Amino acid sequence: MPTKTVINAAGRMVPLEINGQPVVPFKGVGKYKPEGRKYSPSIPTCSDYPDDGNKVVSSLEEALRKCGLSDGMTISTHHHLRDGDLVSNKVFELASAMGVKDLIWFPSASFPCNDAVIKYLDDGTINRIEGSMNGPLGRYVSEGRMKGTAVLRSHGGRVQAIQDGEVIIDIAVLAAPTADSFGNAKGTGGTSACGVLGYAKADYLYASKVIVVTDNLVDFPCFPMEIEGNYVDYVVVVDKIGIPEKIVSGTTLITRSPDRLLIAELTASFLEKSGILKDGVTIQAGAGGTSLAIAVFVHQVLKNKGWKSKFGFGGSTKYMVKMLEEGQMGFILDAQAFDLDSVKSVENNPNHIPYSVFNAYNYHSKGNLTSMMDIMILGATEVDLNFNGNVVTHSDGYLLHGIGGWQNCLHARNVILPIPLFRDRIPVIVDEVTTLCGPGELIDVIITERGIAINPLRQDLIESIKGSDLPIKTLRELKDEAEKICGIPQKPQFEDEIVAAVKWVDGTVIDVVRKIKTN
Amino acid sequence: MRFMFEKIIRFVSHYQPYGKMKKPVAVAGNSGPKVRSDCEIVLEIRSEGGIIIELISKVKVLYGESIKNLIAEVLDFFGVKHAVVKINDSGALPFVIAARMESAVKQLISIDLEYLPGFLQENSYSTTRDRFRFSRLYLPGNTPGLMINAGLHSADGIILDLEDSVAPEKKDEARILVRNALRQINFYGAERMVRINQGERGLEDLHSVIPQNVNLVLLPKCESADYIKQVEEEIAGIKKKFNSKNQVFLMPIIESALGIENSYMIARGSENVVAIAIGLEDYTTDLGVSRTIEGSESFYARTRLVVAAKAAGIQPIDSVFSDVADMEALKQTVVISKSLGFEGMGCIHPRQIAVIKQGFAPDGTEIEKSKKIILAFEKAKLKGLGVVALGSKMIDPPVVARAQKNIDLAVRLNLLSSGWINEIPPDEK
Repeated sequence: MPTKTVINAAGRMVPLEINGQPVVPFKGVGKYKPEGRKYSPSIPTCSDYPDDGNKVVSSLEEALRKCGLSDGMTISTHHHLRDGDLVSNKVFELASAMGVKDLIWFPSASFPCNDAVIKYLDDGTINRIEGSMNGPLGRYVSEGRMKGTAVLRSHGGRVQAIQDGEVIIDIAVLAAPTADSFGNAKGTGGTSACGVLGYAKADYLYASKVIVVTDNLVDFPCFPMEIEGNYVDYVVVVDKIGIPEKIVSGTTLITRSPDRLLIAELTASFLEKSGILKDGVTIQAGAGGTSLAIAVFVHQVLKNKGWKSKFGFGGSTKYMVKMLEEGQMGFILDAQAFDLDSVKSVENNPNHIPYSVFNAYNYHSKGNLTSMMDIMILGATEVDLNFNGNVVTHSDGYLLHGIGGWQNCLHARNVILPIPLFRDRIPVIVDEVTTLCGPGELIDVIITERGIAINPLRQDLIESIKGSDLPIKTLRELKDEAEKICGIPQKPQFEDEIVAAVKWVDGTVIDVVRKIKTN
Repeated sequence: MRFMFEKIIRFVSHYQPYGKMKKPVAVAGNSGPKVRSDCEIVLEIRSEGGIIIELISKVKVLYGESIKNLIAEVLDFFGVKHAVVKINDSGALPFVIAARMESAVKQLISIDLEYLPGFLQENSYSTTRDRFRFSRLYLPGNTPGLMINAGLHSADGIILDLEDSVAPEKKDEARILVRNALRQINFYGAERMVRINQGERGLEDLHSVIPQNVNLVLLPKCESADYIKQVEEEIAGIKKKFNSKNQVFLMPIIESALGIENSYMIARGSENVVAIAIGLEDYTTDLGVSRTIEGSESFYARTRLVVAAKAAGIQPIDSVFSDVADMEALKQTVVISKSLGFEGMGCIHPRQIAVIKQGFAPDGTEIEKSKKIILAFEKAKLKGLGVVALGSKMIDPPVVARAQKNIDLAVRLNLLSSGWINEIPPDEK
């Protein structure tokens, strides 16, 4: 049944209803302010729980049964175990065996290992995923094979949806590297350590039922309590919650590609020459090879100048840890640790502080950490001539990535996107992004190997680098340059059917992804 | 991107589209999990059934039609009317696809036509004898993925290599790819160089590359001045045929004991020889010794080559440094190389370029010292003194000349303004 559509404030045609629920079209950055009260879960009573505090049950299946797992429920998981996660797939394997149908999976992100859920989408156990869709899962959704419509949210948007009651989590199944029998849990210790559990906070606070799954049960109290046991219903002990080498990469490595290094060098040079990089700077960069190289170059500048960054926001990596340890960074605030050095650091260094996205990215927080950041290094699959960004689909129209914290991070003071002008043959700068994920007004600088484009809204930045030797160009010039090399691409063809909705950080619908037309 | 038939080089000879086929199926190009920006084409020419194109490509949604059109256009150009073409594409640019298609066709039929993509106007520059050749980046001639962005790394020269970095069975297709790359890739001002093969194949290589405005040709394993003359004659013939005026410089590479013995004659082999380089891997093999980091085994050869080059008034260029991960060792090597008199070094990785350039350029202390010497010299001249003194030290004329060379170099490298002497306040002069 076709739903009614409208043009939202970003000029995108979006529906007024998704999965049978009314939705609000995007109204503009910071414009939508819902009123009323936050959602809250039902009231528990402590006397319903064991007096001795031992909530351990015999198996995950038993826990799910006790939680009343039934058709149509929303199941949440976190992604701290990354590609080594053995828990979330298991939930749906059990649900499928129990004959449960039409579940909604609400992960904080998915990884290639989660491609296994495709069979539970096929057999009807799962109706839809509201979270990120990567690789084969993205392809599956793009080809219109998922029963329900996917909903893509940023990390902060996920918290917002929980607090707004837009998503009501029936059961949160939270893998924990270390836990006690009361349900207190943390991200360090054991053989499956992931460092921090920052993405699980909203889930355990707001879910109707909470199951903690661990392979490292310790005596009460498990401390520090990243998950507080007084919110937990059941604890399950298994042999293994994850595959250690796939949970954290032994070591994150800066890119070896000379072209990416060139982009990283140009980025560091831009940051320095524009004056954005200064003593006391606050900075966030991801764990991609180019971002890591930028971190290394930035570290060098800080060192040479005798400057110190007040704090950096993680995903932490060994390169950030190095800045902290060598004195060029005051603190690391950390929502996820990407490599072993970071896991070790967050465990041992008091200035390396776990910091959940519940605090950092949430639209309903009283203040936003990302707007306090001076430098934000992000990526994109596409950028259009109006600086709009896409991170979920590629130019061929297929869903390939989640939003992650990308939308939330756009609120930083200087949002810098170092990206290659074309990947293989595919130009990155387009007339109009295939899927709009972030409005151009929030994206300040695009840095490619063939030139730098500054958003005309940032006259201050344009002024700041006047007279420098930086290769400043317009986005159109860069686009023409790419197309001269690659050729002008055809446009992908879509059906009318909507396969995924892209939410803005405030819960409004900024764009949709339509089904790919396959001849 | 539109391809243009700009000109047809060498007219059809013994062209028999449906005559004897050399073999049933041709394969050109590369594919595989690690291959990027390339394609593999399997071609079978038939006697009926028209053109059938099967395309597997990661960019199919965006460029599927244009790839198929290009394939059809190339086949039509070569008069192939019936064929099955299977392409496995990993995002190859049009000039690569055209080169691969042409290579496949030429494996099956004898034809002298060339399908030439348009010549990029940005590449029509020429270079001069005495330009800097500190860093020259080697690129394997059959790996398009490494070529596309090579010009961005600010090497003084970019070498498309047809010799050692290309597998013997890929030599023909590399020649076509390099020809197209010279026409279509923007070199961003780097000197456009090609290293041809040795012997007859090398002379044949010239026919493909000389008409593409090559600035400099590297001649590997050069052992005699006669060979230089042979190359010059071949180039002159090609230039005459195409009425091309572009100047083509030569850089012989000396890689054997005999080459070292003849290095001065080689250096003077032609007025187009602007530099001679040394290739130490082959040289040490020729000597029957191992190549060491200290390089004592090649010390004689290196200094001999420097002297030969200086005597002939051309640039001596050092061998490549092969450990791309060890920038510190590279830096040390450049220091030694410069101290021996070399004026440049080959690079096998873009990250080596900056280290090498910086190493060969005069450093701050050198420039300052040279400035003082020149100032002292000017002061002495003004006073009509025959002897130049700096502090308590007497300065000989060759020292002044060397200082002037350093200053000139610094000015040319934008390390020093050309009017530096006027910018110094009179009381400090």
